[in-house]
Amino acid sequence: MELLLDSLFNGVAIGSVLLVAALGLAIVFGLMGVINLAHGELMMLGAYTTYVTQLIFKLPILKPFYNSYIIVSIFLAFIVSGVVGILLEKTIIRKLYGSPLETLLATWGVSLILQQFVRSVPLAYGTGLVISLIIGLFLPTTFPLKIKESINFKYFKFSSWILAALTGVLTGSVISSTVSKLSRASARNVDVTAPSWMRGQVEILGTAFPKTRLMIIVITLISVIAITLFLNQSAWGMRIRAVTQNRQMSDCLGISTEKVDIITFGIGSGLAGVAGVAVSLLGSVGPNVGGNYIVGCFMVVVLGGVGNLLGTVLASFGIGIMTDLIGAGRLLSIWPDMPLPLSNTINFFATTSMARVMIFALIVIFLQFKPTGLFPQKGRMVEN
Amino acid sequence: MSLRKFKFDKRIVLSFWIILIALIIAAPTLLPVFRLNLLGRYLSLSIVALGVDLIWGYTGLLSLGQGIFFALGGYCAAMYLQITSSSEFPNNIPEFFALYGVEKLPFFWEPFKSPIFTFFAIWIIPALVAGLIGFLVFRNRIKGVYFSILTQASLLVFFNFFNGQQKLINGTNGLKTDVTQLFGQMVGSESMQRIFFWITAILVIAAWFFAKWVVRGRFGNILIGIRDDEPRVRFTGYNPVIFKTIVFSIAGALAGISGALYTVQSGIVSPQFMTVPFSIEMVIWVAVGGRGTLLGAILGAVFINYAKSLVSEALPASWMFIQGGLFILVVTALPEGVLGWIQGDGPRNLLQRFGLKRTIETYPSLEVNNKEGNNE
Repeated sequence: MELLLDSLFNGVAIGSVLLVAALGLAIVFGLMGVINLAHGELMMLGAYTTYVTQLIFKLPILKPFYNSYIIVSIFLAFIVSGVVGILLEKTIIRKLYGSPLETLLATWGVSLILQQFVRSVPLAYGTGLVISLIIGLFLPTTFPLKIKESINFKYFKFSSWILAALTGVLTGSVISSTVSKLSRASARNVDVTAPSWMRGQVEILGTAFPKTRLMIIVITLISVIAITLFLNQSAWGMRIRAVTQNRQMSDCLGISTEKVDIITFGIGSGLAGVAGVAVSLLGSVGPNVGGNYIVGCFMVVVLGGVGNLLGTVLASFGIGIMTDLIGAGRLLSIWPDMPLPLSNTINFFATTSMARVMIFALIVIFLQFKPTGLFPQKGRMVEN
Repeated sequence: MSLRKFKFDKRIVLSFWIILIALIIAAPTLLPVFRLNLLGRYLSLSIVALGVDLIWGYTGLLSLGQGIFFALGGYCAAMYLQITSSSEFPNNIPEFFALYGVEKLPFFWEPFKSPIFTFFAIWIIPALVAGLIGFLVFRNRIKGVYFSILTQASLLVFFNFFNGQQKLINGTNGLKTDVTQLFGQMVGSESMQRIFFWITAILVIAAWFFAKWVVRGRFGNILIGIRDDEPRVRFTGYNPVIFKTIVFSIAGALAGISGALYTVQSGIVSPQFMTVPFSIEMVIWVAVGGRGTLLGAILGAVFINYAKSLVSEALPASWMFIQGGLFILVVTALPEGVLGWIQGDGPRNLLQRFGLKRTIETYPSLEVNNKEGNNE
């Protein structure tokens, strides 16, 4: 019983990291048909946001609130990754709708740039840049309608970008002069330390669970519920679903597909940022942290069936539990006296990397029987 | 893709070949050893790029897993070299086995004692693996991005397997070839490297002609048909699965040959050949050179890698930025690649933009109709 619970918990913990990472991808890929290979790097940005937030909360003014930095960083990470995602959509991805293979290559280029950016730009100035992006992208949308519709709106836009740039440079230099750790560029991995209330373990039914893992499960749960509610209950959610089903028809009915694209991509990228917070709790954060997750995320989306959140949830927990079962060789402890050739095989696969081999092989075999995943989209078209 | 074909004068073509062959023969004396070795390596990479062009440029299959076949070819060559030069080590098996306490040669090493087997294994094993993966994927009509994702996942499977198995193939350390012996000569020696360079150059040309032969005629037409409208090909009575599997195997075989040549010239084969970035880089060589133009794949592979080594020597940090920018640029601004741009209307449009060449006045609808006719 205890063994089973332990195994189940581990599986769910692995699965929830996968899920929160794959959730944003499932939205972007499932709803928009965009392959975002920079998703892992957006996660990495989220993880770095956590790190920067942590250091800023160590400053004397914010010290009393230090324990709550992780909650704040979840929101900040959502915003940071979301804004970078929106910028990406506005500049590159918009030109490439309908040609997924091209988006795949372009976003790979973006991911390389983001990785190198984190390596060679001091985090303080990176933060400044992100802040100026946020101001530059959002300030014009807050203007009253009268200004927005005037011919001179472009000058307002331009001046708000100048303001944004100034603010960015200012915050960048303020941060770099106050927090010495952020003032120099480094390719080294950094560590996020969990606040004191998240360290240690909780005992449930006689088994000890690490609190950070529980926190990740909670983050995942909240993200899944929030995104389901958003898609199914809100007006924008309905518009997003409408555009997914029939882009041209929605356009004709007066839905701004352009806005829908931006919102969808922004939310998908923002969720990557939230996943980054979760990942930062698990280990050290480096420029390559996203690359470890990206293929797993895509497998989750493919296995679950595109455009289906329930499928994504089931697939990630399935993969999580299987990874734990195979990787820790748990079948042996459940059934100790199995025949020798079988136990040898299990021991052969009982490492993290070999478990991955096994899982991917199983997924490929599974797709032989259900090529479109657990919950395929119904349709009668020859293509897609 | 433009249907226009350049027809050069026969004398120009002939003199081009003569100059090319002269350059290849003279290269070892013209270039320092280090640069010659680099050029040889990049030429061998252009063979894998040819394979990528066949499957992506002509058939529309974007494989992100060519690294598997590349590395398999490399491992085949390295295993043979390791075995033949292991006579002075304990148990007559390659040195690294002693580190992990292995005393008996794993069974799958046995056939690599034979040079003839190895010669065939280098390209047949990758082709078979590619055929198997391809068949399983294509049979289910998995295509487009799903194919790309699945090939990438297979790449990770192979990477993790080769990376984790120290006792079978030396795991993450890989197999070294530069201190091994081939026909009584050290593989890493200067004279051997020169011979490898020539072999590579000849094989690149051979692979080029082979690829040209593949895309010519009906087979090539069906490949292009699959790229442009696969259901229509199927409804006309062809089975796309067979054609796709064959062309994927061909690309696998080319990747294997390329990997073997790269391995003997770089002196080591390791699971690093199967990392995700390397396989995507192969795609960008073809994309920059021009997909659907075989020459573009070769030139793209050689020039981008040369640029990479030059830039990395001068400014190590900036290559990632340049490479990332290249990906974005080529996809958004230059989708046909450099060679496709030159063969198409690119230079004429550029000249027109600067007012250097007058536009030819035509009846507007004629122009439009022609364009539409070309696209279909």
